[in-house]
Amino acid sequence: MTHLDIELQHLKAETIKMWTLVNLQLSKGKIALLKLDKDLAREVILSERRVNAYELKLDRDCENIFALFNPVAVDLRFVLAVLKINNNLERTGDIVEGIAKFVLNVDHTFDKQLLEITRAVEMYEAANNMMEHVLEAFDKEDTSIARKVFQQDELLDDINIKANKIVADYVRTHPDNIEPALYLLSIIRKLERIGDQAKNMAEEIIFYIEAKVLKHRSKVEKTKE
Amino acid sequence: MYKIESKNVDFYYGPSQALKNINIAIRSNTVTALIGPSGCGKSTYLRLFNRMNDLIDDIKISGQVMIDGEDIYGKGINVDSLRKNVGMVFQKPNPFPKTIFENVAYGLRVNGIKDKKFIEERVETSIKQVVLWDEVKDKLKKSAFELSGGQQQRLCIARALAIQPSVILMDEPTSALDPISTAKVEELIYELKAKYTIVIVTHNMQQAGRVSDRTAFFYLGELVEYDETKKLFTNPKQERTQNYITGRFG
Repeated sequence: MTHLDIELQHLKAETIKMWTLVNLQLSKGKIALLKLDKDLAREVILSERRVNAYELKLDRDCENIFALFNPVAVDLRFVLAVLKINNNLERTGDIVEGIAKFVLNVDHTFDKQLLEITRAVEMYEAANNMMEHVLEAFDKEDTSIARKVFQQDELLDDINIKANKIVADYVRTHPDNIEPALYLLSIIRKLERIGDQAKNMAEEIIFYIEAKVLKHRSKVEKTKE
Repeated sequence: MYKIESKNVDFYYGPSQALKNINIAIRSNTVTALIGPSGCGKSTYLRLFNRMNDLIDDIKISGQVMIDGEDIYGKGINVDSLRKNVGMVFQKPNPFPKTIFENVAYGLRVNGIKDKKFIEERVETSIKQVVLWDEVKDKLKKSAFELSGGQQQRLCIARALAIQPSVILMDEPTSALDPISTAKVEELIYELKAKYTIVIVTHNMQQAGRVSDRTAFFYLGELVEYDETKKLFTNPKQERTQNYITGRFG
């Protein structure tokens, strides 16, 4: 194994560590939300600092590899991909922190009926799964797993689009519950953005392994390619 | 304690000063790269460590060069044993007009070692250390000139290793080699640092980045900057260093 291979392997391992942490944050955020567990929400907010520290470290590692090893071809694409994935992971961490902050602000657990009709829990699970799948794709260097994510994102988009009307109808019939309903709508928006981050990461994995640029393509094109 | 240390070193070729007040400390089991434009003094500085400059007429040195805490220009220093401890590899592969085996055995023989089995073992170990064994094990009796340039250079490194130095000096060891041979020698340098302290002069800045732990940038006989390679290549402190490594020099 060459010196550069050792450095790249180390970079991959560090990225996976950060990714696992972000996915854990996301799962904890879900439990905090459903159980209105404010202690867990606080824990998520505190752990966000660790995500940020990882981001800085990975940035520095990529910078060093560029400066010292001048990677080319697949090695170059890998480091470029990690640099962007790092950014996506940090953004995902921020979004989860935002969800945790909402949990701190809400007074009562969310109305079960509201959760059901908005399909918020289903959406959260889908976002969680997407993040797990992209991580698996990155770890196994398997673009077929990465491609599945584009399909999964459609569910998130669908739930997000319908949420406005559902929440509007709900608050008309439940005027006492306006505030938690609005919080839930914001959470749905945030989950939709997590889906976008996961999709971007899947695109980066395909870019580095297959040298194909899938950005700004339609979903049908992405799954076919 | 540092493996190599130079303190306030000035060096003159006749009236012209080639090195000005150089202070560098090098730890054991590291690779240190010396970079800088031609004529900056980096090779002169490298050759101080095994007193190769002594072979030139009308030179003058002041200051101290210490290896393992001992001033190698001090009184009572045996230059032959110094050179046994500090091996050197040159720009152009320079095997002797002898067999592959005898090239590596040469240093042992001139040091009076006669035990055949011992020599055979040491030759094999040294050639294995430079990852050349599989390529030459069936033609040890053939002339070293039959090897490719890259193989010859690795053989020269094996020749240096055979007498078990603790420091290896390399003066542009890959500048005459093709990219694949260069990559092999670079990997070798990375592996050898586990056992040796290596100082390498290179014109190739990417090479300095790839192989070294610390880098020293020389210009006009001065040491402009000496730092961790990572720092020097991502955020050099001196503008002159930045201009040189980004190719904007002069």
